[in-house]
Amino acid sequence: MRLRKRLLPYARNWQLYLLLVPVIAYYVVFEYVPMYGVQIAFKNFLASKGIWGSPWVGFKHFERFFESYFFWRLLLNTLGISLYQLAVGFPVPILLALMINEVRKPLFRRFVQTVTYAPHFLSTVVLVGLLFIFLNPNTGLVNNFLKLIGLEPVAFMTEPGWFKSIYVLSGVWQQMGWSSIIYLAALSGIDPQLHEAARVDGATRLQRIRHVNLPGIMPTIIILLILQIGSLMGVGFEKVFLMQNSLNMDSSDVISTYVYRSGILGAQYSFSAAVGLFNSVVNFVLLLLVNLIARRMNQTSLW
Amino acid sequence: MGETRGDRAFDIVNILFLCIITVLVIYPLLFVLSASISNPAKVFAGELWLWPKEITFDGYKRIFANKDIMTGYGNTILYTFVGTAVNVVLTICAAYPMSRKDLKGRNVLTVLIVFTMFFTGGLIPTYLIVKDLGLLDSIWAMILPNAIAVYNVIIMRTYFQTSIPSEMQEAASIDGCDNFRILTRVVLPLSMPILAVMVLFYSVAHWNAFFNALIYLSDRTKFPLQLILREILIQGQTQDMVDMNDDTLMRKMMEAESIKYGVVVVANLPVLMLYPFLQRYFVKGMMIGALKG
Repeated sequence: MRLRKRLLPYARNWQLYLLLVPVIAYYVVFEYVPMYGVQIAFKNFLASKGIWGSPWVGFKHFERFFESYFFWRLLLNTLGISLYQLAVGFPVPILLALMINEVRKPLFRRFVQTVTYAPHFLSTVVLVGLLFIFLNPNTGLVNNFLKLIGLEPVAFMTEPGWFKSIYVLSGVWQQMGWSSIIYLAALSGIDPQLHEAARVDGATRLQRIRHVNLPGIMPTIIILLILQIGSLMGVGFEKVFLMQNSLNMDSSDVISTYVYRSGILGAQYSFSAAVGLFNSVVNFVLLLLVNLIARRMNQTSLW
Repeated sequence: MGETRGDRAFDIVNILFLCIITVLVIYPLLFVLSASISNPAKVFAGELWLWPKEITFDGYKRIFANKDIMTGYGNTILYTFVGTAVNVVLTICAAYPMSRKDLKGRNVLTVLIVFTMFFTGGLIPTYLIVKDLGLLDSIWAMILPNAIAVYNVIIMRTYFQTSIPSEMQEAASIDGCDNFRILTRVVLPLSMPILAVMVLFYSVAHWNAFFNALIYLSDRTKFPLQLILREILIQGQTQDMVDMNDDTLMRKMMEAESIKYGVVVVANLPVLMLYPFLQRYFVKGMMIGALKG
């Protein structure tokens, strides 16, 4: 009888649990089994014995990675691109949202939004393809323009010094509009009375943006900042990989592309799983750390 | 409350800035469109700045005559349809139970799902699982490993919780509806905006997907459009599309360029055409996710 009472809430919603079966199956198979499979980073993976049967080797692969010639280059590029992106790519959508929010002609506002969201829907392949087209040293529009004003054409895509700037600025071009949506949502949630009060006190537009709008969206900013810093080591594979070529490798090789090269192409599963795990762990620790700091400082945090 | 001079100056500067940004964003897109229907010689010589010159559709003819691109297009359409259907159904399966406050074990489930946003097994273990399951080189490798996106589950769950009164669900339950019926007869019909958002998000992701194909597919006949695009746009493999009878190398290079502009347009047209219609929905969806995530 008592057992039946305990089981009742489950039994009543059995259909909901049935719905969850495929969901749980997905998470187990494609998320949690790989997490468990991460142990191959500490093993010498032998295809014949599988992940579970292969012999343990401890931190051997990690040591090999830390001592390898590539380690510092990969780490510095990964962090370099991320920090650059954080410094430039993070504030731009905030500024854009603040600016769009000040537009009072609804038609113009809609137009700006529609246009700036559009590049978000281009695929990474197409975006990088566009970069190659526009930055081509002989036929590209940018170099045509440079020639027009009497400057030397630049081989943007093969010059290591240009890689990070092109990566970050094209990312801003593609994502600023889309990323601004969240801030616009937060801005629309600000109490109009605050603006009224500020206006009565004689605040100018700029002052109201600084003292009403900006503080109003601060919690959103902090949450997104935490998430960004928490993925500092997670420079996206796709775009870097597509922009990469043998000539710009010095500044374009990052951990994720290295994992792909040594793991999928080179079939060194254990070694590149170790590299990947190092990356995820640093990332996760960063996230915890930043979240902790944010919580200490002003009570806004992810959890 | 009158406008001060400073306020008006601010307005002008603001609008000016936004105009510049808008031009910077839209110009490359318009240029590609113009270049794709212009005489390649004019584009090559740098004479094209905005409006098409000497309109020709030769580039498009070559694109539509190319087998790889057309197979890729077909594959992408297939992956997008099947993939989006699986995504949306599974996202509902996850989001609806999670939205029910009376579901036991809901918090554990949420934690387990959200945790995967921050920590993953990584590329190699995931690859090995897909390989062990025998999914390599099959359509399922393009669909199953990304069958659910956590972020979308959260958006949908939030929508269910905030936009559909729980009293309505209770009433249906008292009237004798079981949970399936509540979901299909009450909740889903009221969730069209969020379903539209999900369809848009997932289908765009499938349309643009490149990573899974790169890793899991080696059979060319299964390649999605994006892999073919990579060969054309980035690796510059346009030889087999250019007319070999063309006399000069210059001519071939020009045609190759014109093909590049054309494929960019062809690849994005469906998405870009769809999106203004869905815009109000996705903005809403983003906001729901952003405000109460």
